Amino acid sequence: MSAAAAFFYLFAGVTIASGFMVIASRNPVASVLFLILAFVNAAGLFVMMGAEFLAMILVVVYVGAVAVLFLFVVMMLDVDFAQLRQGFQQYLPIGALIGAVFLIELLLVVGSWTIDPGLVQTPLNPVPPAEAVTNTQALGRVLYTDYVFFFQLAGLILLVAMIGAIVLTLRDRPGVKRQNISVQNARTQGMAVETRKVPSRQGVEV
Amino acid sequence: MNAAQIVLPALGPALPELILSLGVLVLILYGAFRGERSAEGVNVGALILLVVALFAVMSQSGAKVTTLNGSFIVDNFSKVMKALILIGSAATILLSRDYFQRARIDRFEFPILLVLCTIGMMVMASANDLISLYLGLELQSLAAYVIAAFHRDNLKSTEAGLKYFVLGALSSGMLLYGASLVYGFTGTVSFPGIVAALDGTAGLGIVLGIVFVAAGVAFKLAAVPFHMWTPDVYEGSPTPVTAFFASAPKMAAMAMTVRLFIGAFPDVTAVWQQIIVFVAIASMALGSFAAIGQRSLKRLMAYSSIGNVGYALVGLAAGSQEGIRGVVVYMIIYLAMTLGAFAVLLSLRRGGEMFETVDDLSGLSRTHPILAFCLAAMMFSLAGIPPLAGFFAKYYVFAAAIKADLVALAVIGVVTSVVGAFYYLRLVKVMYFDEPVAAYEPMPPGLRIVLGLASVVVVLFWIVPAPLVGAAGAAAKSLF
Repeated sequence: MSAAAAFFYLFAGVTIASGFMVIASRNPVASVLFLILAFVNAAGLFVMMGAEFLAMILVVVYVGAVAVLFLFVVMMLDVDFAQLRQGFQQYLPIGALIGAVFLIELLLVVGSWTIDPGLVQTPLNPVPPAEAVTNTQALGRVLYTDYVFFFQLAGLILLVAMIGAIVLTLRDRPGVKRQNISVQNARTQGMAVETRKVPSRQGVEV
Repeated sequence: MNAAQIVLPALGPALPELILSLGVLVLILYGAFRGERSAEGVNVGALILLVVALFAVMSQSGAKVTTLNGSFIVDNFSKVMKALILIGSAATILLSRDYFQRARIDRFEFPILLVLCTIGMMVMASANDLISLYLGLELQSLAAYVIAAFHRDNLKSTEAGLKYFVLGALSSGMLLYGASLVYGFTGTVSFPGIVAALDGTAGLGIVLGIVFVAAGVAFKLAAVPFHMWTPDVYEGSPTPVTAFFASAPKMAAMAMTVRLFIGAFPDVTAVWQQIIVFVAIASMALGSFAAIGQRSLKRLMAYSSIGNVGYALVGLAAGSQEGIRGVVVYMIIYLAMTLGAFAVLLSLRRGGEMFETVDDLSGLSRTHPILAFCLAAMMFSLAGIPPLAGFFAKYYVFAAAIKADLVALAVIGVVTSVVGAFYYLRLVKVMYFDEPVAAYEPMPPGLRIVLGLASVVVVLFWIVPAPLVGAAGAAAKSLF
């Protein structure tokens, strides 16, 4: 067995095992940590396929941002998972029925699946050739030319998400003290400090 | 690859969308710098943008053009549907001003979200592959979820937004699953590519893909059996937002449905026709029977919209050029009827309180004769009584269904429209024969404009039907 095959089975095995642990683990924090492990191993699989850009993006975006965000949510919000699972027994039969229907459908679909023989060759001989351009360049070329429409539309969707989050959550709280730099700068010594003579044994009224 | 090799795609066909996109960015900056006082200015700006985009759409030649790497198509069909979408959005701004000011939710983000939603809807009407279809749909839906919950201090409004969001996300998932199956079995996402790859035969994977895509589309259309969200969302949202949901997004969803089934699966009609026939029958039946017991006018309009989607789908089920012409005529007239009915609904206001039940219409003919006459015209039209426009809308779709040998479907449609007539005519009875309640405040000018235009279309359609029917015919022709 070559080293490449050994690493493939290592990464693939750990990905599947940690994926299973995500749903099987009783502790939600452990679930998120297993999710991160699965992402890292999937990134390893991408590197082995020569898709180094996707691998790094997976680590940066999913591990660095999304999974850590999940972890924060799980740790900050006191979600009672025991309570969430209460209806489990009650909904099990209907859930199992729907699951079985989907499984049969999937098996039927996979049964009729034929893979184009040309497709197997594509990862081995990528267009443009891997020696000529890096992943990042190749993606950038199509992203900003052929797929510029999708790219811009995705940008608009993110803009809507941002405006929506602000509209629905930003509130003006009355009585909050805010910093006003121009007022601070305009303060003079006369406004801030008062000099008084303090008569002996009498003091001053403040 | 050097710079000279990069060819800029032709942006001319997407001019209306570009106008809206760039304009909305300017409006966001204006609103953000001016703060809350900018609501009036942003509303006027958004209205001007929508009207300018409408002129840009109308000035397109209507010849079939694809651009942006083949993912964006402009033809007579997209022209008509985009015009309807823009009219629906512009009317929503007119309808919303007075209501939002009085409800103290008059914030500049509403027109901005409305314009962004409109961009999404126009992309849906011009989609020529599965990715642009999904992106347009998601842009439209995301903005719609937010404006459903726009009255954020109102429990019902936030509940409506949340319900819409959760169920909408589920339906998007189903649509994506179906789209991935279609892509997996054809190897392409572009509609002409799918037609070529299928070559008139649909394997099991494609059939499953079509079923899931149809489920996602039916949710967006609010067609039975994916209609459950509709009454709650329509009732909970602020009334102008309800008017919007019942008008422009329906146009976009119908345009998307027609594009998808006629554009990508024209040679495998047998596969999707049975789905559409079932959905149409179930929607017509539920829309007619479930509305009978409703006392809330907003819920009543929700069931009415479910029923109307069913009638429009009868035309799609026919799958022919006449059928699509029927769908387009139906959508044009449905837009006028819905906007008119909601303009009346929004004017039922007395002492700062909105009235939204059937009983509040009592004796409207004596307190507000013109308002009552207009609403009666809308109701007779929705019931499909000649010579009002609603009769012709139903006539075109049923005639197409009979020509396509779907006689049973047409007969069921006629029967359910008779059942549906009961609750439309009950409103007329309440207005004209019940004892009047106190008079309402005079209508704001925005509502007057919308109601006036809608009434003209509904009442006078039979005198000069040619322009609208001609445009619908040209739209249908461009798809075949």
